[in-house]
Amino acid sequence: MGAQRVSLSGYRRPDGRVGVRNHVVILPVDDLSNAVCENVARVVPGTLALPHHYGRLQYGEDLDLTFRTLIGSGANPNVAAAVVVGIEPNWTHHVAEGIARSGKPVESYSIERFGDLKTLAAAARAAQQLLQDASELRRETVERREVVISIKCGESDTTTGLGSCPAVAQVVDRHVADGGTVLFGETTELTGGEQLIADRCATPDVRARFQAMYDGYIREIEASGANLLGSQPTQGNIRGGLSTIEEKALGNIAKTGTAPVVDALEPAETPRLPGLNFMDSSSAAAEFITLMGAAGAAVHLFPTGQGNIIGNPLVPVVKVTANPLTARTMSEHVDLDVSGLLWREYTLREAGDRLLALVDRVIEGRLTCAEALGHREFVLTKLYRSA
Amino acid sequence: MSESVVAGGGAPHFLVHNEGDHVAVAVQDVDPGRRRAVYLDSDRAVEVEVTETVPLGHKVALADLDGGAEVIEYRVPVGLTRRPVRRGELVHVHNLRSARWARSE
Repeated sequence: MGAQRVSLSGYRRPDGRVGVRNHVVILPVDDLSNAVCENVARVVPGTLALPHHYGRLQYGEDLDLTFRTLIGSGANPNVAAAVVVGIEPNWTHHVAEGIARSGKPVESYSIERFGDLKTLAAAARAAQQLLQDASELRRETVERREVVISIKCGESDTTTGLGSCPAVAQVVDRHVADGGTVLFGETTELTGGEQLIADRCATPDVRARFQAMYDGYIREIEASGANLLGSQPTQGNIRGGLSTIEEKALGNIAKTGTAPVVDALEPAETPRLPGLNFMDSSSAAAEFITLMGAAGAAVHLFPTGQGNIIGNPLVPVVKVTANPLTARTMSEHVDLDVSGLLWREYTLREAGDRLLALVDRVIEGRLTCAEALGHREFVLTKLYRSA
Repeated sequence: MSESVVAGGGAPHFLVHNEGDHVAVAVQDVDPGRRRAVYLDSDRAVEVEVTETVPLGHKVALADLDGGAEVIEYRVPVGLTRRPVRRGELVHVHNLRSARWARSE
C-alpha cells in the first residue's frame, strides 16, 4: 500500500502546521483571570474563552507542564489568534511570547493596577480586531497527512476492543502509512499490554524512554498506597463487561494499529517525527485531549463503549461506538456507529473506510457531536499540589 | 432504564478474539442454552452450552478453568480466576481478578 496524497481544505498557520478550525481564543494564565476571559467571550461572541483552574503558585515540573499546555493550546493549529490574560505581567508575557513563537497574532493583558473592567475593555477591543482579521483567513488546499490526529478511548467496554478501537486502528494505520502523525498515550491503561507497545518501539532509545515513563507512572501509583480497584477498570468499564485492567488495556491497544512507535513524548510535548507517537499521559479524557491539543493535535478519534460524552474547545472529538445499546440510547453523542461489526454486517476494512470518510468531513468543517452540543472540556494536568 | 439487545437471526451470540482464548464476548443479550460463538481471527464457529444469562459485552467461559488459573483473551493473560470456572459460565469480576495492580485485592 503506497502513501496516499489526499487533498482537503484546511488552515495553514504561519509555522506550517495545518488546522481544521479557526478559533480566536481568550486564554487565562491563571484561575483568577477566568472571569475577564469569559466576559471577553460574551462581549465578543465568536471568540472562545478557555477557563481552567490552575496557574498560581505552581513550581518545578508542574509549572513547566502548565506553561507548556497553555502555550501549546494557544499555538494549536486550530487557533487563528490568541488573547492572553493573567493576574500579573510576568507569567502573562511568558505565555503570550510562547504562543507568538508560532507566528500567529497574540495580544496580552494583566489585571493588577487596572482591575477587571479596564482589562476587559482593552482585551475585548483586541479580541474584536483579531476575530475580524481571522474571519478573512481562507481555507486552502492541504493534504490529509498534514493533520495531526490523536486517539484515546473512554468509558470502554468489551465492544471497544471488538469494534470501535479496531475501526480507529484502520485509520491510524492508513494515516501513518501516508506519512501522517498520530498521538496516543494513556500510560497506566497499557498495564497488561505494555510489553506489546515496548516491542513496537522503533529504536532502543525510544523503548528505554517509553519503559521509563511507564515504570515511573506505576511506581507513583504504588507509592501512593492507594487501591486502584474501583478506578481502573472504572465502574462504567465493569458495567460494560470489562473485568480487569489487563483486559481493558488490550482493547485500548487495539486502536493503535500496527505501526512502530517512533517516539515517547513528555506530556503536552509537540511531536518531532511523523508516525505513531506515544505521550506519557493520564487516561482521564479531558486531561488527555487537552494535552494532545497542546501538542498540536487537530482532530481526535474517540472510541467509546458505554458512552463517554467528552469534547474539547480546540480539537474536534469524533466519537465512534460499536455498542448497539449506546448507539441507540445516546445517539446525539455518536458520530459513527460501527455496532454492525459485532453482528458481522460489514468488514473492519469497510468500517475503517466509513470512519476515514467522516474524518475528512470533520477536517473540511463538519461539526462533531461534541462540538454541536457545546462540550468544551479543557482540563490541565496537575502533577502535584501547589506551593 | 433497562433495554435488551437482541440481534437478528444471522448474527453470532458471541465473538472470540483469537483461537486459544478462554473467553468469548456476548454481542447481544444471551439467555442460557446452546449458543454460537465465532472466532474473529479464523472465522471458525463453535457452539457453547451457556449455563447462565450473559448480558451484551459480558464474557462466557469457553473452557473449564482451575481456581487461580490464567485466563487468556487476545492471546495473552488478562487475569486470574478467583475459583474454578466451568465452560458456559459467566466470567466477570466475581470470578476473575487482575494479576497486576499490586494493591488491588
